[in-house]
Amino acid sequence: MNNWLSSVKVLFGQQPPRIDPADYSTEVQIIHQKKRAEKITAEMLQAAEQAHMAKGQHHKWRNRRWLVLIVANVLFVLSWQLDIQMLEGALTASRFIGFHMADLNSALQVMLAFKQVLINLLIGTVTVFVLWWLLGGRTFCSWVCPYHLLAEGAEKIHLYLVAKKWIVNHEFHRGTRTVLYGVFVLLALLTGYTVFEIINPVGILSRAMIYGGGLALLWVLFLLLFEIFYSRRAWCRYICPVGLTYGLVGTLSPLRVKYHVQDCHHEGQCRKVCLVPHVLECVKKGRAHQTEVALGADCTRCGLCIDVCPTGSLRFEIKGLNKLL
Amino acid sequence: MKKTLSRPQQARRQFLHSVILGSTVVGGALLGFIPVQHAKAQPKLRPPGALAEDDFLASCIKCGQCVQVCPVQAIRLDDIQHGFSLGTPYLNARAQACDFSCDAVQCVLACPTGSLSHKVDKKEQVSMGFARLVDEARCLAVQGQGFKGVARSGDYQGLLRYQDKDRWQPFPVKDYPYDLPLCDLCVRQCPIEGAISLQPLEQSTGDKKRPVVHDKCVGCGVCEMICPQQPAVIVIEPRATGGQA
Repeated sequence: MNNWLSSVKVLFGQQPPRIDPADYSTEVQIIHQKKRAEKITAEMLQAAEQAHMAKGQHHKWRNRRWLVLIVANVLFVLSWQLDIQMLEGALTASRFIGFHMADLNSALQVMLAFKQVLINLLIGTVTVFVLWWLLGGRTFCSWVCPYHLLAEGAEKIHLYLVAKKWIVNHEFHRGTRTVLYGVFVLLALLTGYTVFEIINPVGILSRAMIYGGGLALLWVLFLLLFEIFYSRRAWCRYICPVGLTYGLVGTLSPLRVKYHVQDCHHEGQCRKVCLVPHVLECVKKGRAHQTEVALGADCTRCGLCIDVCPTGSLRFEIKGLNKLL
Repeated sequence: MKKTLSRPQQARRQFLHSVILGSTVVGGALLGFIPVQHAKAQPKLRPPGALAEDDFLASCIKCGQCVQVCPVQAIRLDDIQHGFSLGTPYLNARAQACDFSCDAVQCVLACPTGSLSHKVDKKEQVSMGFARLVDEARCLAVQGQGFKGVARSGDYQGLLRYQDKDRWQPFPVKDYPYDLPLCDLCVRQCPIEGAISLQPLEQSTGDKKRPVVHDKCVGCGVCEMICPQQPAVIVIEPRATGGQA
């Protein structure tokens, strides 16, 4: 329960809390003690990295994820263009072989603005809630959201420019997203318009792919340019209420990434590639309070950290399944 | 310069930047108000069953499922310059009217949020707008003229379900020729019985007649689409503030 609460607080923008070493499990204390004694040299790190690259699995999850993301979005497009009617509608609301689905944040905006809930919308909302609760909440972001894919491209350019020292990254307070979430909830409630939807790149991109683009794409382009030249992954990190909605759904999700401290070299590769590095606070040397730590709700389950980890210390895990097997 | 900033100073600066970022995002989104206020003077033609404009904008989830089920693709989605109307469905009757090719209100059935009210299940219950003769002098029937040829020519893409041609498949208007002693296209093609009729002009000698729109008109726009005069002599006035359906 305490873990859950702390995970939500971090999701809302709080700095990851430091756990009192007195509360560490005895097993992990022994591991930390051993790690303090042994020295990891640059050669060891290099060897581990080489062995990891030799395995050829360093893009495994990314490639799977991109495939799923593209297939999901192409399915929307083809359902209409080729009239195969598998996934009708757009990401904001759709029908999957006839079953209603509704994006949770879009549905929330509509419910608040309209103040009535039609049964179809409720069915769609509950279906999608259960789906993403099972799959991990923000899994939606990295495995389905088309903006996420574009932003990953923008991020690559951004990191290149930063490495060249042509630009610097500007960080904002992560609590901005929480405040904006509240503001957009209030605006929908008070104005009766689904105010957020006008700047929602998820809906804009999804509709543009299916029904054809328009001026709205300029807004998405602006966001990407902002992320390239000013602030790394700014939309997903500091603004997007869709991500926060799914993050909340995923707080109690059985599917998560789990950190195993035993073999970790603490070289920090995972934190460098992560969209939300605050969920990886536990990988810092001496910070894991147990031998295994599940990452917090803000984690998008994108698997980049798993791909990059040279020691296999980060893995996908389905809670309860390990006990069952 | 940056290195001299202390931690609290950095935190203050980040806080300030975050406030600016947040305000910009909210301010940008609120710009959507301006076009919808302007649009109140010139309402859009919404699909069958659309709630009153305010409720419509509040409830539409902008998924375009109504677009996908329309057999004549009469429904389009609005763009960002129209503010909160972004992603909501509308019709341009002159380009493609709603001719109920779907045998009535598939768009309503497709709507997941009730933005297109499920209370409407027959085409006669629809109330999108009302047809109005805007330039009587140019109306061929008023002039007593017949009409020969296709109603819309060139690269016109519009479709209409011609019962005599094919009960199920909508047909291109530009490929359907007419030969009429007196032009009555708006009456002939109207999908709603008793919504429009030709009436003799008051001081008329001969065959001059005027299309008169009756209360049953649902505003589907077929008359505006089919009118052979350019621009159309009869147009749909979208329902101003609406009301149910």
